[in-house]
Amino acid sequence: MADITNSGTGGPRKSSLTESSAKIAKRKRADLILQGFGIGAILTAFTVLFILVASLVSTGYTAFVQTHVTLQVFVDPAEVAEERLPRGGFQEVLTASLLSNLPDADPESDARAVRNILSNGAQFYLRDRIVANPSLIGQTISITVPVSDPFDQLNKGNVDRATPEAQRRVNDREIGWFDALDTAGMIATPLNWGLITNADSRFPELAGLRGALVGTFWALLTCFLISFPIGIGAAIYLEEFAPKNKLSDFIEVNINNLAAVPSVVFGLLALAVFLNWFGLPRSAPFVGGLTLALMTMPTIIIATRAALKAVPPSIREAALGVGASKQQVVFGHVLPLAMPGILTGTIIGLAQALGETAPLLLIGMNAFITSAASSPFDASTALPTQIFIWADSPERGFVSRTSAAILVLLGFLVLMNGMAIYLRNKFERRW
Amino acid sequence: MNDMRLTERGVETKQIKMKARGVEVFYGDTHAIKSVDVDIEDHTVTAFIGPSGCGKSTFLRCLNRMNDTIDICRVTGDIHLDGEDIYDPRIDPVQLRAKVGMVFQKPNPFPKSIYDNVAYGPKIHGLARTKAELDEIVEKSLRRAAIWNEVKDRLDAPGTGLSGGQQQRLCIARAVATGPEVLLMDEPCSALDPIATAQVEELIDELRQSYSVVIVTHSMQQAARVSQKTAFFHLGTLVEFGETSKIFTNPEDPRTESYITGRIG
Repeated sequence: MADITNSGTGGPRKSSLTESSAKIAKRKRADLILQGFGIGAILTAFTVLFILVASLVSTGYTAFVQTHVTLQVFVDPAEVAEERLPRGGFQEVLTASLLSNLPDADPESDARAVRNILSNGAQFYLRDRIVANPSLIGQTISITVPVSDPFDQLNKGNVDRATPEAQRRVNDREIGWFDALDTAGMIATPLNWGLITNADSRFPELAGLRGALVGTFWALLTCFLISFPIGIGAAIYLEEFAPKNKLSDFIEVNINNLAAVPSVVFGLLALAVFLNWFGLPRSAPFVGGLTLALMTMPTIIIATRAALKAVPPSIREAALGVGASKQQVVFGHVLPLAMPGILTGTIIGLAQALGETAPLLLIGMNAFITSAASSPFDASTALPTQIFIWADSPERGFVSRTSAAILVLLGFLVLMNGMAIYLRNKFERRW
Repeated sequence: MNDMRLTERGVETKQIKMKARGVEVFYGDTHAIKSVDVDIEDHTVTAFIGPSGCGKSTFLRCLNRMNDTIDICRVTGDIHLDGEDIYDPRIDPVQLRAKVGMVFQKPNPFPKSIYDNVAYGPKIHGLARTKAELDEIVEKSLRRAAIWNEVKDRLDAPGTGLSGGQQQRLCIARAVATGPEVLLMDEPCSALDPIATAQVEELIDELRQSYSVVIVTHSMQQAARVSQKTAFFHLGTLVEFGETSKIFTNPEDPRTESYITGRIG
C-alpha cells in the first residue's frame, strides 16, 4: 500500500481528467455502438410486433361486429302450428316478411334468393322464440337475425360493387334488395356477441368461439391440476432432498431436454399412449390437458427449482437452527417464499400451453364440433385448433374470424402474462 | 473495563456442558478441522478466535450438527452434550438443535411478524399448549434478549423491518425461545454497528447466567470483553485453549501471540 501512494504523488506523469485521448474516444464510440445495437434490436422487435397486431386488427376487427336485420314477422299459423312445434315453416315465415319489404322481388321465383339474404341459422332464432312462448303464433313480432355471410361482407364493404357481376357472390339485384332493407333502417351492425357465445358453425356469421374457449378452459384446468402438483413435487425433491450425484445430474439434464422437445412429439406420444393404449376419448379436452401437462411440467419444474434456489440459505439455516426438520423448513419457510416465483413460472408455462396447437391436432381436437363441451371428456376444440380450422375454411367471413380468434388468444396470453407480472411484484418479498 | 473482572471469573470452576474429543471435519477432500479437543463449561462464555478460514465456524457448527445439512461434509470424533454423544445415530439432530440453539453471522429473521419469529420454535417443538403459554414464552424470550421494550407495541410488525441490531437480538430471542442449554453464536456482531454490538455483548454477558454460550468472533477485543474461556484456532487445529485472561496476557504458543499482536490473520 505504502509505496503505491508514494509513486502516485511523487511520479512525473500527471494527466487531467478533462483531457480527452484517442483511447477514451474509442471507448466512448464502442459504448455508443453497443447502445445503438440494443436500441435497434428493441425497435425491430416492436416494429414486427406492431405489424403483426396491426394486420390482425385490420383483418379481424370486422368480426367483432355482425350485420343483423330486424324484421316484423307475422307468425302465420298456417306455417307454424303449436302442435307441431318445434317443427314448422319458420324459414317461410321469415322469407314472407322479407318479401313484403321488397316489392320488386317476385314471391315465387325470387323466394330462394331472398331467403338467402338471411343466415341459415335465422330460422332457429325464430324457432327458439316461438318454442319458448307459443302464444306468439298468429301475432306480428319484431325479431333481429343475422344476415348471411355474403351480405355481411357486402355491408362491411368487403365486396367491391365495381367488379363485374359474375365475379361477385351477390348480384346486382340482391345488392338492390339489401340496399332497400338498409334504407328502410332494418339493417344494423351491433357488437358481435355471437363470437363469444356461439359454438362453431359451418356458417361464418353464426360461428363463435364458445366451444373453443370451453375446451381450452377444460384442457388448461386439467393441465394445471396435473402439472402443478407433480412439477412442484419433483422440483422440491430434486432441489431440497435429492442427493447430488450422477443420477440427479442425469435427471436434471433430461428435464431440461424435456423442456426443449418439440410439442408435436408430445402429441404423437399422447396419440400412442393416451388414445390407443389407455383408450381415452378422442378430441377430449382432458386428453389435451394431459398432453399439455407433459409439456408444461418441465417448465414448472425448472421455474420452481430456480425459485427455491433464490430463497436465501440464511432462512433455511435460521429454521434449522431452531430445530425445524427438513420438511418443516421446506414447507414452512422455503416454499412460501418461493411461491411468487413458482406461480409466475406456472402461469408462463400455462400461457405456453394455451397457444400450443400441434399436440392438440394429433389427438383430434380439430374436429368440427357445434356445441360446447359440458365436461372435459366431451369432444371439443381449443382456441389454437379453432383458429387452425377457421384458417382452413374457404368462406370469406372466416378470414376476419380467424384474425379475431387470434386476437382473443393473444388477449388471453397478455392477460396471463400480466397476471404473472402482477403476482411477482405483489408477493415478491425482500430480505 | 472488563479486565478487572477477568481474574475473578477465572477462579470459578464449572461443570462441563459439552465435551469434544478428537473431532475431525472433512469437506470432500479438504481436511478442515484436525483433532480438536475442547471442553465447554456451563454458565460460561467460550470464545473461538482465529484468522479467517481457520475452521472456528466449522467447529461451532459441529456442536449442533448444522454441518449435517452440507452434503460433502463429514465429521468424526466424539462430541458429548451432558455425557450424551450427539453424533449417536439414535440422536435426532432436530431435537439437538432445540437444546443447542444458534445465532448466525447475518441477522436472519424469518420474513414474518416479530411474534411469529419467536413463536416458531416453541410451536414446532410443542412447548406451549395454549395461546397464553405461547404469549408468555414469546414475552420471556424477548425480555431475555433485551428487546421486549422496543418491540412490545408492534409484535405484529415484520421482523425484517427492525434495525440490524434489533434483528440480531430478535434472532437471539428466537434461539432462546426453544429453551436451549447451549447457545452458539457465529460472529453475531460482525454485521452490526458499534452501538448494537455493545448491546449484544451486554446481552451475551447476561445470557451466561442461564446458558452456556459459545461465540465465534473476529474481534479479539470482543473475545476479551465477553468471554471467560478462549480457544485459538489456526489452520484447522486448536492451537491454544484456556482462560481468556491467560490467552490474552500470557499465551503459551507463539502462534497465539502472533495472532493477538496482529502478526497473522
